[in-house]
Amino acid sequence: MASERKDDFAEAKKRWRRLYEEWGTEDVDFTTVSGAPVEPLYGPDDAAGLDYLRDLGFPGEYPFTRGVYPTMYRGRQWTMRQFSGFGTPRDTNGRYHYLLDHGQTGLSVAFDMPTIMGYDSDHRRAEGEVGRCGVAIDSLRDMEILFDGIDMAKITTSMTINAPASILLAFYLCAGEKKGARFDEMGGTIQNDILKEYIAQKSWIFPPEPSIRIITDIMAFCADHVPRWNTISISGYHIREAGSTAVQELAFTLADGFAYVEAGIAAGLDVDEFAPRLSFFFNAHLDFFEEIAKYRAARRIWAKRMKEKYGAKDPRSWLLRFHTQTAGCSLTAQQPENNIVRTAFQALSAVLGGTQSLHTNSMDETLALPSEKAVRIALRTQQLIAHETGVVNSIDPLAGSWFVEAKTREMEEAAEKYFERIEEFGGVVKAIEAGFFQREIGRAAYEYQKAVERERKIVVGVNRFQLEDETIEIPILRIDQQVELDQRSAVAAVRAGRDNDKAARELVRLRTAAEGSDNLMPVILDCARCYCTEGEIIAALKEVFGEYVETPVF
Amino acid sequence: MKRDPDIALLLDEFSRGRVAAAARLITIVENGGDRAEAVMDGVFPMTRGAYRIGFTGPPGAGKSTLVFRMSRILRGEGKRIGVIAVDPTSPFSGGALLGDRIRMQSLSEDPEIFVRSLASRGSLGGISSCTDEVADLLDAFGKDLVLIETVGVGQSELEIAEKAHTVVVILVPESGDGVQAMKAGLMEIGDVFVMNKADHRDAVGAARELEETLRLKDVPEEGWRPPVVLASATRETGIDEVRERIEEHRRHLEERGLLAEKRRRVLYSRVRGAFMDRVERRVWEHESVRSVIERGMEDVYGGRLSPYRLVRELERLVAGGLQM
Amino acid sequence: MGKTIRVLIGKPGLDGHDRGAKVVANALRDAGMEVIYTGLHQTPEMIAEAAVQEDVDVVGLSILSGAHMTMFPRILELLREKGAGHIKVFGGGIIPAEDAERLEAAGVARLFGPGTDTRDIVDFIRKNFAQSA
Repeated sequence: MASERKDDFAEAKKRWRRLYEEWGTEDVDFTTVSGAPVEPLYGPDDAAGLDYLRDLGFPGEYPFTRGVYPTMYRGRQWTMRQFSGFGTPRDTNGRYHYLLDHGQTGLSVAFDMPTIMGYDSDHRRAEGEVGRCGVAIDSLRDMEILFDGIDMAKITTSMTINAPASILLAFYLCAGEKKGARFDEMGGTIQNDILKEYIAQKSWIFPPEPSIRIITDIMAFCADHVPRWNTISISGYHIREAGSTAVQELAFTLADGFAYVEAGIAAGLDVDEFAPRLSFFFNAHLDFFEEIAKYRAARRIWAKRMKEKYGAKDPRSWLLRFHTQTAGCSLTAQQPENNIVRTAFQALSAVLGGTQSLHTNSMDETLALPSEKAVRIALRTQQLIAHETGVVNSIDPLAGSWFVEAKTREMEEAAEKYFERIEEFGGVVKAIEAGFFQREIGRAAYEYQKAVERERKIVVGVNRFQLEDETIEIPILRIDQQVELDQRSAVAAVRAGRDNDKAARELVRLRTAAEGSDNLMPVILDCARCYCTEGEIIAALKEVFGEYVETPVF
Repeated sequence: MKRDPDIALLLDEFSRGRVAAAARLITIVENGGDRAEAVMDGVFPMTRGAYRIGFTGPPGAGKSTLVFRMSRILRGEGKRIGVIAVDPTSPFSGGALLGDRIRMQSLSEDPEIFVRSLASRGSLGGISSCTDEVADLLDAFGKDLVLIETVGVGQSELEIAEKAHTVVVILVPESGDGVQAMKAGLMEIGDVFVMNKADHRDAVGAARELEETLRLKDVPEEGWRPPVVLASATRETGIDEVRERIEEHRRHLEERGLLAEKRRRVLYSRVRGAFMDRVERRVWEHESVRSVIERGMEDVYGGRLSPYRLVRELERLVAGGLQM
Repeated sequence: MGKTIRVLIGKPGLDGHDRGAKVVANALRDAGMEVIYTGLHQTPEMIAEAAVQEDVDVVGLSILSGAHMTMFPRILELLREKGAGHIKVFGGGIIPAEDAERLEAAGVARLFGPGTDTRDIVDFIRKNFAQSA
């Protein structure tokens, strides 16, 4: 830019700023949903210093700010993957067939709380929770029923499971094996991200050290035997749902990712052997541009660190591939139909941010588990974006927007500051033990609540535009109490029908393996094959590993 | 004093081991006043000399995790336990969050452990002013041990030293000016020191440094040199050793007759404290005293009368006998 | 000085969603109450026992796992068994209207759904407390 024109620019901007001040603005907070300030106007001066090749690059090229693949949605659409599961394995199997018949392209299993926490359906602590917020899986038998009539060599499956991920993966692989699918044919994802459990989702079983050992065992086993499996889905979703800001979601999730990379390297694995199988899982919240900037910043930070800090040489190790789910915490119980609109905006931000797969929430999720109709509308929302809006035609269409580029850089810098603070604690696990993440998230959540209550943030239908005497007129999915009884007798039948001596021997083998340092996966697979239940396997491991306890922080 | 029928009933249920009655009596004691005293009149004769262990240290040192682990060990020994956990009251709202700790999760179905959270309320030091009374109550309720957990902020260190027979000070290797200053105060009162987070890279060095500092101090007349234990409350290492050191300290006090002496000293100072509070309030609010003050202060404000002359006048008034 | 209101905020069941429980605990503290938070993954027995030992005036339960029809009645029953039937129990979480009606009929004082203003919870507790005190 010639210096004369620069003066013009500065003059013109000053002139506009004067007018802007004179005209005045409304008395609301012009901040993102995370409370981050936003300028009224962005221009070339805000994106100054941006070097196209260094900072953005072309799609499919380092640092991947514009997307991980050269073709993006022209080459292949994102996977429409609706997370679902409820009741018995038979109930959920029916829902899976329904979704596949309606054009869904991948499966995603939601487990019930007892399965997530490692209790069998007939355990005392499972009372009242069996099949309630996901499907109940107690043994290989249940997994066989869950995938009845589904070709496990063809479909890819994502399983939202963490502390007991090794066991559910073993059930899955064995169920496929019984149908003739080879381990190296089966593809999918286990969430298997225990760090974010301590940070936000709070479904832990063992203390951090043994938990991370199990994870590195899974990474090593899959690298050798299940090459199409994504071994960790490093998740910011739950961090955000717990109330974090967008920057916290970005920074804490990537910090977790780096911690797994370091754990893998420390366990003696070659970074390029496991890093290509790491994937991410982000939240799509309401603040449209902030979200898009978040995904773009995430790709750039990951690529740079993987290449420069961890010395990864395989370009696939540099790629941050991610799944997105729209923000459950943004949905309202008031006027639930409005949630369809919220979800559509969120889904659009995920697509414009370059997601690889997407789950759109159903409008009724603040009321109960989603009904079939609500799920269909949610899926249709994705199909509308893909086929009607035209946003898929051009790759990363918002690149070069001064606002989006400035915001992307701002988020990257804010994340780097968090990495430094985490480093000061001595790493992610130490920061968890000190309650650092939990405190940051708790504070952000309370600040947001106060902003809503003071009406500095408007939530349609909640603190403005309410309906008097609103009656909810959408159908609700109910889980029958009978599910729990059925599932209890099913697990009893499994125990009665198997070779109990063999099962007991395998569990002893597992305990011994846990005390040593051999890879646990082969033994867990043997336990699964002889129908040891999830609860039995977890109990055996608890004897060796102990249980985690948290001091709550506010 | 008139016998409060509610309290009589509650005391009766209390003596029969009803948890709800004990809990309600603690509330009455916390709220203070005549009813609190009526409760203490009934409860005190039932006390059996439960051993009191204080746990203190800077925020984030891992006190509650340690108390949790310790409770488990003590329950394993068959001891009946009371836990008093004190958290600060917010000076802004008067409210308090008493959740910043692990409740005795797997233990709270165990009837022999009684956990009570207290807010510091009006008291300055971060420790509730009725801690002694609540400890008496738990003692009278049949607990063998009362564990008192407080955040080490300012004066509470000294107060916990008055209330507990053994004081366990929990520190972490991380340093900082604030922590250093706090440590200085804590140094004086600890009978057992725990360097928590033993897996921290600086833990061994910090423990050694602490031992050095303690060695430089004069050996107190009781002849007890406070040990330093490396532990990790989250990883469950070193807790048994902390338990052993507490027991050694208890034996040390007992064998030398120091425990009895300490109990007598504490009771003496409780009587003194309560009496002085009472006298102070009654004298200060006394009609004759008020009128002398109100009149005299005008002269003090006006510079015509020295404050000390006014004080002497008041003293003469009190010495001459007030009609109470 | 009036008696300080003591509240126990409990997380029964297996789900780990503690955002709501913590936000409410913070808000009640800021409204001048003494709030005891149980931490996660509590059994009904643990919660009832803690409520009794802490001699709270009110118990608030946060449940998002769908186990509300089991947890609420069980805790009410345990409180009565322990001689603490006077303690009011309220709750929050994802609770369908029909279930909420049944629970309120069974003795749950009030259920607050998503989007509740914390000031409504404060008012509710104060009003109830004034009645029982």
